[in-house]
Amino acid sequence: MNFANELQTEYRRYLTRRWFFQDCGIGLASIAAMNLLGGGNASAAPAPLNPLANKKPHHPAKAKRVIYLFMGGAPSHLELFDNKPELSKWDGKLPPPELLKGYRSAFINPNSKLLGPKFKFARHGQSGAEISELLPHTARIADDLTIVKSMHTDAFNHAPAQILMSTGTQVFGRPSFGAWTLYGLGTENQNLPGYVVMQSGQKGPSGGLSNFGCGFLPTVYQGVPFRSSGDPVLFLSNPQGVDDATQRASLDALKRLNEERLGVVGDPEIASRINSFELAYRMQHTAPEIMDLSTEPQHVLDLYGAKPGEPSFANNCLLARRLIEKGVRFVQLFHEAWDHHGGLTNGLKTQCGLTDQACAALVTDLKQRGLLEDTLVIWGGEFGRTPMVQGGSDGRDHHPNAFTMWMSGGGLKPGVTLGQSDQFGFNVTSDAVHVHDLHATLLHLLGFDHTRLTMKFQGLDMRLTNVHGELVPKILA
Amino acid sequence: MTLRPLPHVWLPALLASLSSLAAAAPVDFVQDIQPLFEKHCWKCHGGSKQEAAFRLDHRPSAMKGGDFGPAIIPGDPDHSRLIHAVRGDNPKKQMPRKAPPLSSADVALLTRWIAEGAVWPESASVALEDKSDHWAFRPPVRPTVPDGVRSPIDFFIDEKLAPQHLNRSPEAPPETLIRRASLDLIGLPPSPAEVHAFTTAYARAPETAWGELIDRLLASPHYGERWGRHWLDAARYADSTGYEKDMMRFIWYYRDWVVRAFNRDLPYDRFIIDQLAGDQLPHPTQDQIVATGFLRNSMLNEEGGVHPEQFRMEAMFDRMDALGKSVLGLTLNCVQCHDHKYDPISQREYYQIFAFLNNDNEPGRVVYSRAEEKSAEAVRTKLDQIDREFKKSHPDWRQRVEKWAGETTKALPTWTPIDFVDEFAGGEKVLPQPDGSLLAQGYAPTRSDTNLIAKSPANIWEGKAITALRLELMNDANLPAYGPGRSLRGTCALTEFSVSLIPSEGGTAKPISVDLTRATADYGEPENTPLVSFARREDESKEDRVTGPIQYAIDKDPKTAWGIDQGPGRRNQPRNAVFELKAPLVVPPGMDLQVTLSAKHGGDNSDDLETMNLGRYRISWTTAAQAQADPLPAAARQKVTEGKLTEPDVLRSFVSSQRDLAETAARYEAAWKEFPEGATTLVLDARSQPRVTHVLKRGDYLSPGDIVEPAVPAVLNPLPARADSSRLSLARWLVDDRAPTTARAYVNRVWQAYFGVGLVDTPEDLGTQGSPPTHPHLLDWLACEFMHPSDPSAKPWSVKHLHRLITQSATYRQSSVTRPELLERDPYNRLLARGPRFRVEGEIVRDIQFAVSGLLNPKMGGPPVMPPAPAFLFERPASYANFPWVDAEGRDRYRRSIYTFRRRSTPFPFLATFDVPTGESSCVARARSNTPMQALMTLNEPLSMQAAEALGRRMRKEGGGTADERLRYGFELCTARPPTESELSTLRQLLRRPQEAEGAVSPWTLVARVLLNLDETVTKD
Repeated sequence: MNFANELQTEYRRYLTRRWFFQDCGIGLASIAAMNLLGGGNASAAPAPLNPLANKKPHHPAKAKRVIYLFMGGAPSHLELFDNKPELSKWDGKLPPPELLKGYRSAFINPNSKLLGPKFKFARHGQSGAEISELLPHTARIADDLTIVKSMHTDAFNHAPAQILMSTGTQVFGRPSFGAWTLYGLGTENQNLPGYVVMQSGQKGPSGGLSNFGCGFLPTVYQGVPFRSSGDPVLFLSNPQGVDDATQRASLDALKRLNEERLGVVGDPEIASRINSFELAYRMQHTAPEIMDLSTEPQHVLDLYGAKPGEPSFANNCLLARRLIEKGVRFVQLFHEAWDHHGGLTNGLKTQCGLTDQACAALVTDLKQRGLLEDTLVIWGGEFGRTPMVQGGSDGRDHHPNAFTMWMSGGGLKPGVTLGQSDQFGFNVTSDAVHVHDLHATLLHLLGFDHTRLTMKFQGLDMRLTNVHGELVPKILA
Repeated sequence: MTLRPLPHVWLPALLASLSSLAAAAPVDFVQDIQPLFEKHCWKCHGGSKQEAAFRLDHRPSAMKGGDFGPAIIPGDPDHSRLIHAVRGDNPKKQMPRKAPPLSSADVALLTRWIAEGAVWPESASVALEDKSDHWAFRPPVRPTVPDGVRSPIDFFIDEKLAPQHLNRSPEAPPETLIRRASLDLIGLPPSPAEVHAFTTAYARAPETAWGELIDRLLASPHYGERWGRHWLDAARYADSTGYEKDMMRFIWYYRDWVVRAFNRDLPYDRFIIDQLAGDQLPHPTQDQIVATGFLRNSMLNEEGGVHPEQFRMEAMFDRMDALGKSVLGLTLNCVQCHDHKYDPISQREYYQIFAFLNNDNEPGRVVYSRAEEKSAEAVRTKLDQIDREFKKSHPDWRQRVEKWAGETTKALPTWTPIDFVDEFAGGEKVLPQPDGSLLAQGYAPTRSDTNLIAKSPANIWEGKAITALRLELMNDANLPAYGPGRSLRGTCALTEFSVSLIPSEGGTAKPISVDLTRATADYGEPENTPLVSFARREDESKEDRVTGPIQYAIDKDPKTAWGIDQGPGRRNQPRNAVFELKAPLVVPPGMDLQVTLSAKHGGDNSDDLETMNLGRYRISWTTAAQAQADPLPAAARQKVTEGKLTEPDVLRSFVSSQRDLAETAARYEAAWKEFPEGATTLVLDARSQPRVTHVLKRGDYLSPGDIVEPAVPAVLNPLPARADSSRLSLARWLVDDRAPTTARAYVNRVWQAYFGVGLVDTPEDLGTQGSPPTHPHLLDWLACEFMHPSDPSAKPWSVKHLHRLITQSATYRQSSVTRPELLERDPYNRLLARGPRFRVEGEIVRDIQFAVSGLLNPKMGGPPVMPPAPAFLFERPASYANFPWVDAEGRDRYRRSIYTFRRRSTPFPFLATFDVPTGESSCVARARSNTPMQALMTLNEPLSMQAAEALGRRMRKEGGGTADERLRYGFELCTARPPTESELSTLRQLLRRPQEAEGAVSPWTLVARVLLNLDETVTKD
């Protein structure tokens, strides 16, 4: 028997079934799109052949990709962005009782003495944004930033607050912002995951991997953790004793066998699996290349403060830019290190030292490459910190009522500082932006009406903003 | 009361409207008011959205009001919130919120309308659809099936195929059938020998062979592992607590109970009753109590800043969600915050169900395996025997015990519990209890000082001289093993007990330390007892701490602590210790008494289970001289008080207190040494005093609304008359024959497991927002047949009967081969013109690797195992806290995946990649994805590679003499069918591929790796 002939026959049969990929594939994709845009219930529909295909949003997007710098543990807004000279005058005094009405804190007795800011502030750039002396590099990009000093949230423990910031609810198991983004937009590089997560700092995020989970969305939309040392992706390298040629030969054999079976049973899922193995093989080559910082010129490494081979937040920032450049849709960096119940002064110095330069470098670098105009950079933690002291004189407790975040890039008004808090930095007094409002606005920049980016689950059209969320037009360009 | 100045814009309008009031015609709702509502209000308070649960398009709802109470009080505009809101009495709450305010004329119009009685004609109100008419709320009625129909399932499937001019496919070949049934029923592939035996028998008598195969599979203990796993998804089972620290938790007894329940075909109604209220059945067995772990599978936040009640409530919401999805097949949590127009169940009804579940304490209970229970029984017998022998050899025992008991009772001083200031800051939250004791909850640091402050006159000790303080360690049903400590065994260690006088608030006096001279206790560990293993320092060489007798608590040595662990069987008893002051103490005015409990004998890692803190305790004072601890443990003391002096524990306490009886005492001790260690598992324990349940406004536990009593939703079956408000009543109501959704929800999920999609494709919600069934008759027939089998040999609610019904159908046995026109007509195979074909679940992908390679360790049950996983995942910064993942050694690596340790925040990578849920919430339908990450996993993950090596070896060892025979054997192991010639040729080519590299893996491993990665290997065909 002539095997080559038979294989060719099989292959022809396989090709005649290309409608699986084309007609049928398109058919399924359009059903999914219908669902995406709020019509029809396709929850029973299997995923389209490529659920990660690049998709069009509701309206033209100002931002096409996102780099989210999640400052886990919650940095003190009072030392970094929200300058409160009045608070210095109250240092050592008890807060006015009306301020504490109905207030609950995590650790301290709310009726604790106030603690004046530990660092000096100055105005920067043409916008005159107030930024702490701890952030000299960030200060230099003040005019590229959109600072929101009037953020507030509902939770005052880390895990629930992080989950709220990441998924729009304190309930675990819902899709993250990144997953929604990927669900809505797909990704541009099929050889890499569309949503990549990297971690640095002292520990993992309190909310764990639910911070970048897919909830009830298909698994392909969840964040994939990359490491900046060792295998960038779990089990990316071939096992010992399997070189690239052997891997290829094995995959070729596997492909032939799967193709033959496809010809017999006609299940499009087999074609999909063939595709997955081929993608995996390509990822084995692309991912290590992207994660190899040694190819970056020295001046770029210097800009970030990155050092190839030494895992750091700076390295992750540079890697984020490289991933975005290659068409990854969403990169999220978790730097969990800001929970300064004590050791506030030195803790902030250390963490700002580890992050300030790289954050500023990222924005600068993106801008120089023309990427900033359609990339969103987001910086922030899960809540703020109390103006009241914790411990002796060098700590602050969790505080949900007011905190600061900054953003930069795609579709945002640069050089703007939005919102105010009261003289203690305790409550928001103007232009309050709840986490839901932030989400609504970010989705808007990505081309979505946040009320229409939905997925039917448990009988409801679920969305990132739950039943809330109002656009924040003042920060839109 | 002062008059609030009216906004100036308002005054002229008011005057204008007043002046016209007498003359003008009454306000017309339709003409004047409804347009205002439509323009200004409906966007947020109308048909599509009801902010604050308030709507102004439906008259009854509008009149009832929303989260903030009634808004329209006919005839009384001044007290109507609607007017306050549009007028902007509180500028922060002015309505509409993000739009210009109403004109003063419009406000006046609204005011007049309310003043005139808020007349709102019925015809001008939207009508809300009656949701109780929904199909799923009517109990299933058995549809008629014509006589002579072999399988009603096939009949109902054909009923839907016929109008589409489609036919069922022919039966699949026998090798496909046995593989399909094996994967479906036990989650493991058949061995080549089993395939051969079946195909031979099938050729002779297909029906008999098939029936015998199904019987064999249903009788396999692996059946419970396979079908128990589905339930564990719904029960959100995991081996860690979730949230930030995500510490290990012990509830695997529950997992094993589920597996065994399926294996013994525990009827589904009893299965549900045991899980919700096994502890409330008469004379509950250990198994029935273990089953209540179902509700305890909720996550729990143990980070430092938590208020325990907040996360108890979060767990309650999770329990409601799990109950809704897993048993009722209804999404309940939508109404946690407020009513929705489309929800047939109201917010009030949600909290009425909630009220059934809100009355429990949450302990870890000590439980014993069957073997352990046997040895425990042997110890009890031995102790009884010593009792008898002692009594025989000491005929005067009765008099001696009586005398001794009398003396100990006489020596008891009068104790007054200290009332401590209820203001605790810091991580651990110390909650005052009604009996004057304190209960430590929330975060448990491993090294802590708890400062308790007592003031006058809350404590009436003015002028009295305190001679001693007593510390009682008490049991509590919210502690591990019922306490009295917070360690994972319910033990604790008290490093130092110290007393001082501190200045009252504002005082400037110096604190004075109070000297203690003597300490006594009913029990203390022997001197220099090594610290319990889980509390030791990571660097053992630096460990210099010990536990021991009560003197260790006042020796001012931070290395020593009073330990109370009397060993298995006796370690979780209440204890008491008395600390005598050096000199009687009168608390001077302006000073407070401070007691400091120092617990410094925990481990290094506060994010792990290493605490040794006190759990529940009470501190009292006395003025009696020479006060000493009661030598009787609390239980024995209770019996003495009741005059039951012949009880064994009184006798044994007596013996241990008498010097001349040391020999007998030693015999008791020796017997106790044999008592088994046991394990703990999370269960429910009903409170004697039920909690008051409120409707929680916006789902916020700090915003309680009306008090509600336990009751069931009106759209569902009524609660039986005379039912009380226990969990048991709720459980029985859930599995009542008239319950419209319970049986449907479960049979739908069983169907989903076989065919990939349920008859209702929203298994978590059969309610009004869910999808209608594709085959309503079939669904109802299955539900009725499940509850009331027509086959007299089948038990009601038998899950195995359900499996027989489905597997006997021709629908199930069809070939899964598809055709382009079929794919076009019915791409998701909802009509079932062909058999099911889809990738098996993550656990089974892995179990198949082990089974076909011969590595599988079929051992069942027991503590979860930790197969090798990359260490960095469990360390910072990948994990919030360092987690003690210790790679299993030897054959434990190859246990079935149901036994893989499930850490919620670090799910085992292989399983997570294959869509296995993490247990964060109840899951009744898994995703089924197909990703490159899965390919990397099965190609490169070390255990997958080990499986390939083992399969390669097995092919050579068992496959026969020639390469082709061996290749065929490997292929058959993976797919249950022989390879085609071309498939064989592909494998042959790979096998013969020249190897250049040194250290390259064996070609047999490569071939095996390809076989394990075949689509067919991981697919149920």
